[in-house]
Amino acid sequence: MFAYISRRLAVSLLILLTVSFAVYVIFAFLPFDPAALTCGKNCNDPGIIEANRHRLGYDLPFFTQYFLFLKGLFLGRSFGEGAAMINCPAPSLGYSFQQHACVTNLIGEALPVTFSLAIGAIFMWLALGIGLGILAARFRGRIVDQLSTIFVLIGTSLPTFLTGLLLMVFVVIRWHLIPFPSGNYTSFLENPFEWAQILFLPWLTLAFAYAALYTRFVRSSVIDTSNEDYIRTARAKGLSESVILGKHTLRAALAPIATMAGLDFAGLLGGAILTESVFNLPGLGRLAISAVVKYDLPIIVATTLLAAFIVVIMNLIVDILYAYIDPRVRVA
Amino acid sequence: MTLLKVENLSVDFPTPDGLVSAVHETSFEISAGETLAIVGESGSGKTVTNLALMGLIPPRTANISGSAKFESHAGPIDLLSMDRNELRQYRGKDIAMIFQDPMSALHPFYTIGDQIIEAHQIHNKVDLKVSKARAIELLELVGIQGADTRIKAFPHQFSGGMRQRVMIAMALVNNPLLLIADEPTTALDVTVQAQIIKLLEDLQKEFKMAMILITHDMGVVAGAADRVNVMYAGRIVESANVRDLYANPLMPYTQGLLASVPRMDRPHTNRLSAIPGQPPSMIALPSGCSFNPRCGRKDEVGANKCETQMPELTPRGIGHLSRCFIGEGA
Repeated sequence: MFAYISRRLAVSLLILLTVSFAVYVIFAFLPFDPAALTCGKNCNDPGIIEANRHRLGYDLPFFTQYFLFLKGLFLGRSFGEGAAMINCPAPSLGYSFQQHACVTNLIGEALPVTFSLAIGAIFMWLALGIGLGILAARFRGRIVDQLSTIFVLIGTSLPTFLTGLLLMVFVVIRWHLIPFPSGNYTSFLENPFEWAQILFLPWLTLAFAYAALYTRFVRSSVIDTSNEDYIRTARAKGLSESVILGKHTLRAALAPIATMAGLDFAGLLGGAILTESVFNLPGLGRLAISAVVKYDLPIIVATTLLAAFIVVIMNLIVDILYAYIDPRVRVA
Repeated sequence: MTLLKVENLSVDFPTPDGLVSAVHETSFEISAGETLAIVGESGSGKTVTNLALMGLIPPRTANISGSAKFESHAGPIDLLSMDRNELRQYRGKDIAMIFQDPMSALHPFYTIGDQIIEAHQIHNKVDLKVSKARAIELLELVGIQGADTRIKAFPHQFSGGMRQRVMIAMALVNNPLLLIADEPTTALDVTVQAQIIKLLEDLQKEFKMAMILITHDMGVVAGAADRVNVMYAGRIVESANVRDLYANPLMPYTQGLLASVPRMDRPHTNRLSAIPGQPPSMIALPSGCSFNPRCGRKDEVGANKCETQMPELTPRGIGHLSRCFIGEGA
């Protein structure tokens, strides 16, 4: 098991290095001048542009730039000299001249928002998707199953921005089921109640789409597993149907769900762009989108790299977790 | 003493294409300690018969009728009229079952110890330690070396033959009165097959249990069975003591089955003999005797009798029943 984990760690590091290099190549060879972009739309003063170019290190050769970027990740990085020196401590992902802030700080503000959004949503959709999937499988072909099919159809067809807006219009404005999410995002540590209140609809929006997928997946996985020979063996032992379902069927049927949930969670942590935009949440998705719109290149590099990092790490966690769930994987 | 008496068991599966009569008015009985072999081709109803007795046919998928009187530890019961939940208390305790493919019949995520202990725990209100000791005892009995450590191994760490031994240990953990072995050797290598059959025979004597051995291997039947039921298209077509059956098969289908067994003690002929044709579609059985389109001897009956009438299963000697017009009334 130790050898397996260390091997996977080494491979993950290699992947991250490759991704960072690829992202940096794209960044360096985009048809934009990062230095010119630092001084606003109508700035034509070559003096300022060249000064900024030197300050941010864009005048250095490509590989030196890449190396400085990697070095900054571990040791921090300073831009410019003297009184105007800007210091971004490790892990430094660069400096956004447009926002006048270290990218790491910007991400540090946005990541908890996205994490809060993702963690609540995943709990909701796992509960809903697994529950409904099991019910649909157990009462296959009957009314519960048919209703779940309708739910799956709607959930997979509706885009999240539409779901979000519909929820806003009906749940909040028309039916007054929950009060209008007042004000801005509040951190969980500050006020958990307000945190949950503001995030409730975004959670619901995301969970709706994912729960539909999970319902469909769990239903077919449970049905497939129920037809396995070892379930017949369990029945032949004289076990009750609830024990067969709870202990024998679900253990095997839900194992692939762990992989799926881990990867979907990682995907969301990279930024739930549409949901964050609809509900005006200052998360990673919104940070990335506004950076793209404004050609704020350091932020684009950083968010892309972060998303890749999260996916690679979650993949690793999921694989290790899976080895604990399925003993057949352990030997490999 | 009669342990199990099955009368007029029918199992029909409604399908979109029509009613599949997998088992049709089958009656047989088995005494305590006896081995009954049920032989026949795939789809002849051997497995469905036994799944019905075990209550393992999924609810609402089949119409099951008939009766199956069984002398359980707790007194006589009828397996077919019993509530599914009630039947559960006898399943795995009084009647146990082992299956064809030991590769897929054990849960891949649990150790074999957990699975055997679970089988013991359901029917015995005892401490886990007692069940564990029992599991080790059984594993040793079925010939698993180092049972006290192997108990922590997962199914994928065993070979096919070893897994079948584990299945047998699990089935016997509660001293069943009847063991149903559904093609226990079909998925195994030939050398392992012989070992498993030998093991089953030895354990049967030791546990004094009756056994229903479902197989299509006539060699296995000859070595292990006391009585044989030959099934074809959902019906018993011949039933006899194993010696009688081999010495004097009456139904042409049985004769064909026996003729198709390769024999080492006879001179080589060019090819093994085979029964011509295919087993019939269970949705549209041929009229008359189900076997008539494949039967080489129907001319002996004449007057299209085989195509129009279904022969009855009639006695043709002591304990020998046959469903054929040939030799009827003789």
